[in-house]
Amino acid sequence: MGRYAARRLLQMIPIFIGTTLLIFLMVHILPGDPVRAIYGDKAPDPAQIAAIKREYGFDKPVLEQYVHYMLNLLQGDFGKNLAGRPVIDLMSDAFPVTLRLTLLAITIEIIIGVGLGAWAGLRAGKAADTGVLIFTLTVISIPVFVLGFIARFIFADELGWLPPNVQDSTSFSQLFLPAFVLAMLSMAYVARLTRTTFAENLRADYMRTALAKGLPRRRIIGVHLLRNSLIPVVTFVGTDVGGFIGGAVITEGIFNIQGVGNLLYRAVQTSEGSTVTGVVTVLVLVILLINLLIDLLYAVLDPRIRYA
Amino acid sequence: MPDVTKAQTTDEALLDAVAPPAVEVPAGQDEKKSDKPRSLWGDAWYDLRHRPMFWVSSVLLFLLIVIAAFPGLFTSVDPRDGDLVNHYLSKPELTHFFQPDWFGYDQQGRSIYARVVHGTRASILVGVGVTAVVTLVGALLGMLAGYFGGWVDSVISRLTDIFFGIPFLLGTMVVLNAFTERKVYVVILALAFLGWTSIARVTRSSVITAKQADYVTAARALGAGTSRILFRHVMPNAIAPTIVVATIALGGYISAEATLSFLGLGLSDPTISWGIDISEGSKVIRDNPHTLLFPAGMLSLTVFAFIMLGDAVRDALDPKLR
Amino acid sequence: MTTIDKTRNVPEPRGAADGSTPLLEVRDLHVEFHTRDGVAKAVNGVNYTVNSGETLAVLGESGSGKSVTAQAIMGILDMPPGRIPQGQILYRGEDMLTMSADARRKIRGRKIAMIFQDALSALNPVLSVGYQLGEMFRVHEGLSKKDAKAKAIELMDRVKIPAAKERVGDYPHQFSGGMRQRIMIAMALALEPDLIIADEPTTALDVTVQAQVMDLLAELQREYNMGLILITHDLGVVADVADKIAVMYAGRIVETAPVHELYKRPAHPYTRGLLDSIPRLDQKGQELYAIKGLPPNLTRIPSGCAFNPRCPMAQDVCRTDVPPLHPVTERDGSELVGRGSACHFWKETIHG
Repeated sequence: MGRYAARRLLQMIPIFIGTTLLIFLMVHILPGDPVRAIYGDKAPDPAQIAAIKREYGFDKPVLEQYVHYMLNLLQGDFGKNLAGRPVIDLMSDAFPVTLRLTLLAITIEIIIGVGLGAWAGLRAGKAADTGVLIFTLTVISIPVFVLGFIARFIFADELGWLPPNVQDSTSFSQLFLPAFVLAMLSMAYVARLTRTTFAENLRADYMRTALAKGLPRRRIIGVHLLRNSLIPVVTFVGTDVGGFIGGAVITEGIFNIQGVGNLLYRAVQTSEGSTVTGVVTVLVLVILLINLLIDLLYAVLDPRIRYA
Repeated sequence: MPDVTKAQTTDEALLDAVAPPAVEVPAGQDEKKSDKPRSLWGDAWYDLRHRPMFWVSSVLLFLLIVIAAFPGLFTSVDPRDGDLVNHYLSKPELTHFFQPDWFGYDQQGRSIYARVVHGTRASILVGVGVTAVVTLVGALLGMLAGYFGGWVDSVISRLTDIFFGIPFLLGTMVVLNAFTERKVYVVILALAFLGWTSIARVTRSSVITAKQADYVTAARALGAGTSRILFRHVMPNAIAPTIVVATIALGGYISAEATLSFLGLGLSDPTISWGIDISEGSKVIRDNPHTLLFPAGMLSLTVFAFIMLGDAVRDALDPKLR
Repeated sequence: MTTIDKTRNVPEPRGAADGSTPLLEVRDLHVEFHTRDGVAKAVNGVNYTVNSGETLAVLGESGSGKSVTAQAIMGILDMPPGRIPQGQILYRGEDMLTMSADARRKIRGRKIAMIFQDALSALNPVLSVGYQLGEMFRVHEGLSKKDAKAKAIELMDRVKIPAAKERVGDYPHQFSGGMRQRIMIAMALALEPDLIIADEPTTALDVTVQAQVMDLLAELQREYNMGLILITHDLGVVADVADKIAVMYAGRIVETAPVHELYKRPAHPYTRGLLDSIPRLDQKGQELYAIKGLPPNLTRIPSGCAFNPRCPMAQDVCRTDVPPLHPVTERDGSELVGRGSACHFWKETIHG
């Protein structure tokens, strides 16, 4: 397995380079002038603009800029934003906040999602199943930002149980509502996936064997069914991390959390290329590593997977 | 030995016994219909017709498409006309069906009902447009990769990995930020730019499966050409998962467009979009929840209809889940 | 069973001291499935008995109801869509269909065990074989994890799996087909049940391995003096191991007979058709006989005798009257023990 992990790590390099190059190109080739954006509606001095562009290397060809950027990156230098702050400082402020939010959300997602899905899957075709199906469809249909506003309106504005804005991002109780909103969409998918695999595996031959062995129902479901059904769920949760980042942009905006989502949103709006590139680069790296982790975890859960 | 079957589970055996090919049917009157051998599509259609979810979503979608095509049938009020003096944030009159004041007015004194009706077109156009582009591009690339394999597959698969690597919403935000005036087609192309990867992946794997099927080997042995094999034998059998993914994704694109509009990076004025209205409404939600709830409800209903349709289609096309 | 010398040498049946109550008796069992196309009548009044140390072979094409009957006995039918509208399944005289779910569970695996056709899918892919074997002891006998593992190794030795100790932690996919089927057998044997139901135990195996697995099963059955219901479509498998045969067609038993008598003198046209369609070396060059037509659609079983559309001997009466299982006698009327045929023309069939 060690060799497999090493090979996978090597395979990640071209994807990492490709993805960062793509985002770099997107940021730098597409129209929209970051330097001009600093000045807003004021008419800037062309000489000043040229000076700033030289300082940041914007006057060089894009590919050269990219190579330069990557070489700096290898030394841990993410560059500076246009206000002169190192991007790495901005990120080290924002990432822990989003990490806490996301971990909390994933926990909520798994507990509620698997629970609901298992409950429905064991009752496939019955009223409970239909109920869960409609519930998950509804959750999937309501966009996260609408869900967020409604949740904030009900629980913070009307009932006053929670503060509408998160002031202390280390407080579990303050982060709970945003994390719940962030988790909702993925939770619905997890519930549906669990429901499907449960219902499908219920009809597997080995379930019939377990029944024929005279095992109690608790054991049949808890050992034989659950173990097999969790494999696709784990994969989903792993590949869904990218979706969480998108959701974080919305959730952090609504609840005013100073995390990665907020940082990115502001950077995109002000065409802050270096911040966008830096954050996305780190995110891509995180996503790739999580995918590798999921692949390895897969082997633990499913012995049929062999790594050559 | 008689025509004993090989490795068959009892379930399959039972199914066989229930629906054998239509040969030597014992004399009877009402057997004609159900003894026809059922194809995947025939089966799926049968299944769909018996799903209430399919009918609910179809009726909803039909209604939405009519609203999108002929908004004038539902309201004669101009959605851009604001009357701040008389209608600033007026509350909804829930009994005034189809009247301009049915859903109340927004902070510019515009009829929310008229805006909801006129916003339908943009959302539906974006959803259908993105799905069309994404399906064309993704299915083509996936088919090429899956069918030809080798270096074609390597190139396309790596390309897919790279585009898949960038978080969807973030990448789309960056693309859209470059445009100051964002018309419907701009949003469509921006969403499609990163959206094609999942379709390509699904198509690739189902083409690989279909390609290995015995009937394809047989066709090849009989001397069928590449294009004939691809379009006659592989595609019809590989397309089902692609259709399912595309239908379900459609609702997601509508939701994504609204989200982007909410962030100020989606459709821009003068296009009327539910996302923009929700964003505006969220600013005064505390005392005027109606400004947010009606466009949000309409948006959710639309996404709901598409996702429900996709769901029904998936269940019908995936005999494993039956 | 006087005609079968094999059963004479076995020890007295265990447990059944009175000797009159059979180990298992199926009485007038009906099973139906509610499907989209209507009600599929999979089993339509099956009767059979099995005693300790006895092997009953149930023979039939797919869809004849042989596996469904077995699943009904095990209590592992999918209900719904399955339903048992009438019938009894008596284990040592007690009807299992009216027992509490818990009482039934205690019989499953411990008293009646089952061997499935496809061991690869019947074994849980993500649990080691040692775990799956040991589970029997942990659940039914409350053994510790460690003791259960020791027992599992013992069992694997018992079914002649080489290097059992080293392989106990392996997963099903790491074994060959034959070895996997041995593990299935070991699992069924774990608690030395009274009755084993083997559903096509060798169908998924290579021909060379089939004989080994069959021999092992027969040997263990003799040793533990268990009852065995062997479900198969393979007439070749049956001849060597079975004591008596029940031939099923469209959810009914159409003929019962001690094994060798059936081969010598079938008393039902369907059985005759089955026997005639076995390829034989001495008939090289001749066209192979095949029963014409297809098994009936279970939602629309033909009226009268279900076999009538395919039967070379069918007359008008066959299309209207369901033939009961007639006792089969010699030409002079003397009794043939254990023989029966559900054919209006059994006399013509057996005596030509």
